[in-house]
Amino acid sequence: MTDTTTAQSGTDEGDLLAGFEATIARNDRIEPRDWMPEGYRKTLVRQVAQHAHSEIIGMQPEGNWIGRAPSLRRKAILLAKVQDEAGHGLYLYSACETLGVSRGQLTEMLIEGRQKYSSIFNYPTLSYADVGTIGWLVDGAAICNQVPLCRTSFGPYGRAMIRICKEESFHQRQGYELLMTMMRGTDEQRAMVQESVNRFWWPALMMFGPPDDESPNSAQSMAWGIKRNTNDDLRQRFVDMSVPQAEALGVTFPDPDLRWNEERQAHDFGQPDWDEFMQVVKGNGPCNTQRIAHRRAAHEDGAWVREAATAYAASSAAEVSA
Amino acid sequence: MSADERVRAEWPLYEVFVRGKRGLNHVHVGSLHAADDEMALRHARDVYTRRNEGVSIWVVKSTDIAASSPDEKDPLFAPSGDKVYRHPTFYEIPDNVPHM
Ligand SMILES: [Fe+2]
Ligand SMILES: [Fe+2]
Repeated sequence: MTDTTTAQSGTDEGDLLAGFEATIARNDRIEPRDWMPEGYRKTLVRQVAQHAHSEIIGMQPEGNWIGRAPSLRRKAILLAKVQDEAGHGLYLYSACETLGVSRGQLTEMLIEGRQKYSSIFNYPTLSYADVGTIGWLVDGAAICNQVPLCRTSFGPYGRAMIRICKEESFHQRQGYELLMTMMRGTDEQRAMVQESVNRFWWPALMMFGPPDDESPNSAQSMAWGIKRNTNDDLRQRFVDMSVPQAEALGVTFPDPDLRWNEERQAHDFGQPDWDEFMQVVKGNGPCNTQRIAHRRAAHEDGAWVREAATAYAASSAAEVSA
Repeated sequence: MSADERVRAEWPLYEVFVRGKRGLNHVHVGSLHAADDEMALRHARDVYTRRNEGVSIWVVKSTDIAASSPDEKDPLFAPSGDKVYRHPTFYEIPDNVPHM
């Protein structure tokens, strides 16, 4: 439902705000037609749209390998995975539209560079091992981010996340299994896996966003219950989960500072290159231009289909009423 | 239509309801855009039931849904608030009366 009219005559803004804050404090959900502060709505539109765009753009690096996956089994798996990512994008666009923006506006903001998507998808997929590494580390990092978002304060966003999280486990497991299969292969295949992990490790750590002391909007998002954990907390959780998985697989991470800290009962690890991160976010990553150009072409090339279906729907409706 | 309008032209928004399995109600799962009802059903199948999440789908144009006011303290729901006698706990029955 698109109706976002929330003005209540005779109720003043202070009461509305108090009601909103009481709902958040009770850990209850905010629903689309509830009154909400403009900043809350804007933050959500930005975050949910960015999340939706990431799912959609995220189809490209892996879609690139569907035709070249080495067997029918691997092709079918990858096709299903990429189709899921399309679904995730659609669940999230649907949630975002309840905040009063239209799908068309969101698509335009993406292809005009006015809204962002995750920096990770601006890195190229140079070898088939990257399909496995993306499933294991990139979907793995996404799971770390997404599980706490199932409890986010905005109802439609949380419900979309629950749906998405149910599907992500397949993504991570198929990637890890692909890598295990390659690790049982030739020396050359094992080297491909290690090389791929070396390229993706740091960009995967960047997926959690800048360090907490450089993430100015985090505190407000946490106060509103939109975010449930800080960037650094989630990054730590991801590193701790990934290390034993890497050991079982027989690969290493390219971080000389990575080691178990007995006192903290957690791993110490180095920082990604945050200058590189900022460059990629600003549009200067290896594939930014290509990703957006591809999305724009798909949108523009599909215009005639949308138009023809609209014309067909109009003519069948006219026939029915005639 | 100009080229720009053509790229922008948007299909109407539909709300999607899925019956998870026989014996359950249809439940709202989200929305999608489609040119007509038939396409909405097809898209709903692809978007919301890729893993046997449903045995039946309803789609309805979002603009065709009438909704109550969002305010929880709406007068619409207020009348049921003070009718405690509609609940079984309102009636005091001695402990030695079985099966009640
Ligand atoms: Fe996804
Ligand atoms: Fe995924």
